[in-house]
Amino acid sequence: MEKSPEAERKSVIVRKAFLKSLPVMAGYVVLGIGFGILLRNAGYGVLWSAAMAVLIYAGSMQYVGISLLAGGAGILTTILTTVMVNARHLFYSISMIGCYKNAGRYKPYMIFALTDETYSLLCNGETPDPEYADLYRFLVSLFNHLYWIAGCILGSLLGAVLPFSTAGIEFSMTALFIASFTEQWLRTKDHIPAMTGLLATLLCLVVLGPEYFLIPAMLLITLILTLLRGRLGRKAV
Amino acid sequence: MNTHAAILVIVMAAVTILLRFLPFLVFRKRTPAYISYLGEVLPAAIIGLLVIYCLKDTVITRAPFGAPELIAGLSVVGLQVWKRNSLLSILGGTVIYMILIQAVFP
Repeated sequence: MEKSPEAERKSVIVRKAFLKSLPVMAGYVVLGIGFGILLRNAGYGVLWSAAMAVLIYAGSMQYVGISLLAGGAGILTTILTTVMVNARHLFYSISMIGCYKNAGRYKPYMIFALTDETYSLLCNGETPDPEYADLYRFLVSLFNHLYWIAGCILGSLLGAVLPFSTAGIEFSMTALFIASFTEQWLRTKDHIPAMTGLLATLLCLVVLGPEYFLIPAMLLITLILTLLRGRLGRKAV
Repeated sequence: MNTHAAILVIVMAAVTILLRFLPFLVFRKRTPAYISYLGEVLPAAIIGLLVIYCLKDTVITRAPFGAPELIAGLSVVGLQVWKRNSLLSILGGTVIYMILIQAVFP
């Protein structure tokens, strides 16, 4: 087969990136709609929804952010909560350092847009065309971001006109994490990290109550996993 | 109220961006083994933490004793094990929860 011209190769990359991002499209639009509805119910309309989708672009943080906004939280509380909820992004970034090393001008945006879902699509390092690997990863990141923005805007607009009660739609966030938890449980052999997270947090919640348990739970998890390092570290995950 | 809310949005965005960029800035040359280890084991633990975080305000001491959360939560697990399709599990669980709190345990 003859080598196709550059433009054609790029359009193949665009199509492959789009196909790769399709499963996330549905998820982001649905979760974004849920977010937009909740944010509207809390008294913040479509511009707020769009601004948060563009600037924060972190689903669980935006859901948590609704209660921060509605409760008029302080700045320090907001900083700490964001650190706790989004600390896992540190680890996504750590594992992508090698992969994104030569991404050049795309790199800042790709780091900014490294969400749970984008990470899960790109973390295996696969790419359809090694020469355009960075363009491909950039496009997957960008498409996902656009779905999220569209969903958040749509939810805010729909929230005003939906003919049925949306009470209970906040469970979509819980369902998101339960589904992720189940999926990673099915995909891994060693369940100690997952059980540590679940049980240590539950313990802190029971002992300290819903106001103060989050940061101690985070510290306890890190401590336990650090102590287990010799045991867990030897097995490749 | 709106100025304060705008500041909070900017703070959330800035901290999130900082968290995403920090490892690329700090570990540009080499990632310490301990940090790589945490990178492998922490994500699974944090998802467990977030599950509990989402359920923290569930009241189990009076009717309906957390039944909607339990039933909808188990439905999500069941759907995920069955179909391995996260979107389906999330949608299914959320719809079940909405029906439960609006119609079954109002």
